[in-house]
Amino acid sequence: MIEVKNLKKCFGDLVVLKDITTTIKKGEKVVIIGPSGSGKSTFLRCLNLLEEPTDGTILFESSDITDKKADIDKYRQKMGMVFQHFNLFPHLTVMQNITLAPVTLKLATKEQAEATAMKLLERIGLPEKANVYPSTLSGGQKQRIAIVRALAMNPDVMLFDEPTSALDPEMVGEVLNVMKDLANEGMTMICVTHEMGFAREVADRVLFMYDGIILEEGTPGKIFENPENERTKQFLQSVL
Amino acid sequence: MFLDDIWNLARFFLCSTSVSAAKNYKTMFQSIYDTMIAGGRWHLIFQGLGITVLIAVCALLIGTSLGCIFALMKISTKKILRGIAEIYTTVIRGIPLATQLMIFYFVVFAPLGMDRLAVAILAYGINSGAYCTEILRAGIQGIDIGQMEAGRSLGLSRWQTLRKIILPQAIKAVLPTYASEFIVLIKETSVASFIAVTDLTKAGDMIRNATYNAWIPLLTCAIIYLVLTVGLTKLFGAIEKRMAKSDRS
Repeated sequence: MIEVKNLKKCFGDLVVLKDITTTIKKGEKVVIIGPSGSGKSTFLRCLNLLEEPTDGTILFESSDITDKKADIDKYRQKMGMVFQHFNLFPHLTVMQNITLAPVTLKLATKEQAEATAMKLLERIGLPEKANVYPSTLSGGQKQRIAIVRALAMNPDVMLFDEPTSALDPEMVGEVLNVMKDLANEGMTMICVTHEMGFAREVADRVLFMYDGIILEEGTPGKIFENPENERTKQFLQSVL
Repeated sequence: MFLDDIWNLARFFLCSTSVSAAKNYKTMFQSIYDTMIAGGRWHLIFQGLGITVLIAVCALLIGTSLGCIFALMKISTKKILRGIAEIYTTVIRGIPLATQLMIFYFVVFAPLGMDRLAVAILAYGINSGAYCTEILRAGIQGIDIGQMEAGRSLGLSRWQTLRKIILPQAIKAVLPTYASEFIVLIKETSVASFIAVTDLTKAGDMIRNATYNAWIPLLTCAIIYLVLTVGLTKLFGAIEKRMAKSDRS
């Protein structure tokens, strides 16, 4: 589904991603771990071109999205993204947050979009929040709504950028549960996280990033139980 | 005449409790009558006020339109558009208003033989536009970058995200600054007399000239300005409060 070839990203003189090549298959759940500054978030943000790669190619469903002529807005409609700080639209109600993109892009009528949104809200147990503004929600609720907002576009892949890092500890569970449900339904997911429990339980493959490269990758069993690289061992010791 | 007035005013305030209070009131009112009412001179004040409000309102409309256009240019991805907008705000904000007004009247629009009021409105509009540009740009750039990223990640174009997500928030955020720009504009219209536009200040000054009484006409002008600006400040404050309320609902 996504093929990354020799991806490179520099900010000025700072090289953040050195040379990343990997393939993510349909339905696969990939969790990216690694110390801060290793390039995890940058890598994720390159996948939907929120960061423009300096070099290399990214194929999404066999189309080269790094091509200058590619209509990136079209591809982004199929790649949902969830942010660390939720980024809900504060001037819109929960319902409007969810329906804005499908309606603006004419993918659904207002009624259709609202019906879909209600279904999604019921799934995460927040139908009564449809007409409130985001400022009245807890962090966990905000992030669940943000996930629903991305799902309303009916994406083929979901990108999660540290979705639980800005949450109070007691709210992490509710967000992870929504993500686990999503994983069980077969959604393709790429998730940058520090939640090792989640990685172990949900991931098909864990990527350990260090210093702009994928230093080690494998099943959660392999990475967590038998890491080969010294640096991976060191990292896991400090977080587990 | 001038000293007489001070004397009268001083007596008015100091002796208002004394038996001569009634007489002083009479002197005061007589004075006001002589300067402002006699010969229908108050008409001038109202005409001047009309011109002042006309310039301020029209200039704000022009300024707002220009501000929207140039603010969008300032945040554009195209270097040339950013450059043009930068030159506009730098030049306009770097030259005193009175100088600009005279340049517009005597240099730029002189060959067209335009009406001085029209020139004043245009000049104030162009001037206010530069400030509106900066106000709106700051408002747009003050919105968290995450809002743009969230909009783009959903597949909305840059323009759709700006229109539906960034601008509504930015406009709400800059409303207080925008309101104070309008108030500044009302006060600055007093400079229009540099090109002989009969605004409120000029009207007061004409009465001063005609009656040799400076106190009463100029104080009248001052009070009118003050009522206008204080009134508008209160009005905008009330609107702001209302909008803040809808935020929390």
